Amino acid sequence: MTITLQVNGVPRTVDVDPRMSLLDLLRERLGLIGAKKGCDHGQCGACTVLIDGRRANACLALAVAVDGREITTVEGLATDGELHPLQSAFMEHDAFQCGYCTPGQLCSAAGMLGEPGPSAVTEDLLDDPDLTPEEISERMSGNLCRCGAYVGIVAAIGEVAR
Amino acid sequence: MRPFEYARAGSTAEAVRQFAPGTMYLGGGTNLVDLMRLGVAEPERLVDVSRLPLDAVEEQGDRVRVGATVRNTDLAAHPLIRARYPMLARAVLTGASGQVRNVATVAGNLLQRTRCTYFQDVTRPCNKRRPGSGCPAIAGDHGNLAVLGTSDACVATHPSDMAVALAALDAQVHVTGPGGDRIIPMPGLHRLPGEEPERDTVLAPGDLITAVELPPPPPGASLYRKVRERASFAFALVSIAAALDVGRDGTVTSCRIALGGVAHAPWRAERAERALIGGPATGEAFLQAAEAELEQARPLPRNAYKVPLARNLIVATLEELAP
Repeated sequence: MTITLQVNGVPRTVDVDPRMSLLDLLRERLGLIGAKKGCDHGQCGACTVLIDGRRANACLALAVAVDGREITTVEGLATDGELHPLQSAFMEHDAFQCGYCTPGQLCSAAGMLGEPGPSAVTEDLLDDPDLTPEEISERMSGNLCRCGAYVGIVAAIGEVAR
Repeated sequence: MRPFEYARAGSTAEAVRQFAPGTMYLGGGTNLVDLMRLGVAEPERLVDVSRLPLDAVEEQGDRVRVGATVRNTDLAAHPLIRARYPMLARAVLTGASGQVRNVATVAGNLLQRTRCTYFQDVTRPCNKRRPGSGCPAIAGDHGNLAVLGTSDACVATHPSDMAVALAALDAQVHVTGPGGDRIIPMPGLHRLPGEEPERDTVLAPGDLITAVELPPPPPGASLYRKVRERASFAFALVSIAAALDVGRDGTVTSCRIALGGVAHAPWRAERAERALIGGPATGEAFLQAAEAELEQARPLPRNAYKVPLARNLIVATLEELAP
């Protein structure tokens, strides 16, 4: 099937098998290897990208089902050679060790900062709470870091959220 | 993954027309795509219903209608849901991860399959996946499986948090299909396993959920609480959606209790509710009501902990709700 996506602002038209995931399309066909294949079951978050600005697991999206959507991968976060503030903050706060989960962490954080409303740990559901470390940890629970760089990740995101 | 055809429906009528044996409807895909990758689901054809114009949360008099394709994130963040149905917002927020909630739909959340490890492993027997093949969970790894309403064929649990709140709220599920339109009151959408564990719900082939209608919320305070093995992004061991209203004289005037993680369906604790209404709102009454409900439990050796866990969760939640 032929589909057209905007990938990091560039229109891409590709012929895909209906079985192909968005993650495999990005990595195997479009040469964008930033999004990583960790678990391929939506449990680790390493494949997180933005679909129409909302964070999602690229491994759980069929490429044919995102026809026409705008996709942003970690390669598209920087603009005009300027790092995204989250990227700079991740470097500043040592928010990684091996780096495998980092593209997913960055895309997930970028999406998360635009998500309104309470989380499971918000005391008052009518609140749009400040992003305390507890709020950030809860909101980022779809991204695992097996090196355990969580302290740096939460600090980096907290700096950008302020 | 088995090859399949993919088609996108432009309307609910078109989706139903496109349905044929071997077809499955595709919502957000967060469970179905995974099951296809595991070889558990092998549709010949997917009809993508995720872009149908069913994505509104609308106030209709004293009721709220939630469209079937509303994403979990949008449901939980909606001002009407946060203000009027806090247990529903809370239940949705405790489910899955931010990424999954952004994509997962209301209808898909209701129709997600059990996470029983044998169901998800095609190398093992499973009566739900391959009827008649047996249930290795009963003698095996059933630590997170059901204690209420089980059968000798299946001890799977329904994994949804949202559905537990919908069961407590008396929500109504709107369905269209080859046989026409109908409304199914929760928790009646989901079945107990009996002799046919392959059927999770009462839906017929080709049926499509179009909306969930919420009646006015029950009086009094309400809560959703979830006990799990880690603080976030984990399924419930036991969860509870509860609402309690107590009169000036200290008697319970209204009570709703639904449990998650304990059965093949969201479990409305009707025995406990009956035991409480008209009686005193005391810790002792709460304990007796919880015990009346859990008398029906048929735990297995490695999930017997769920019975006292559910009992204590019911009591603690009602004590928190009582004035």
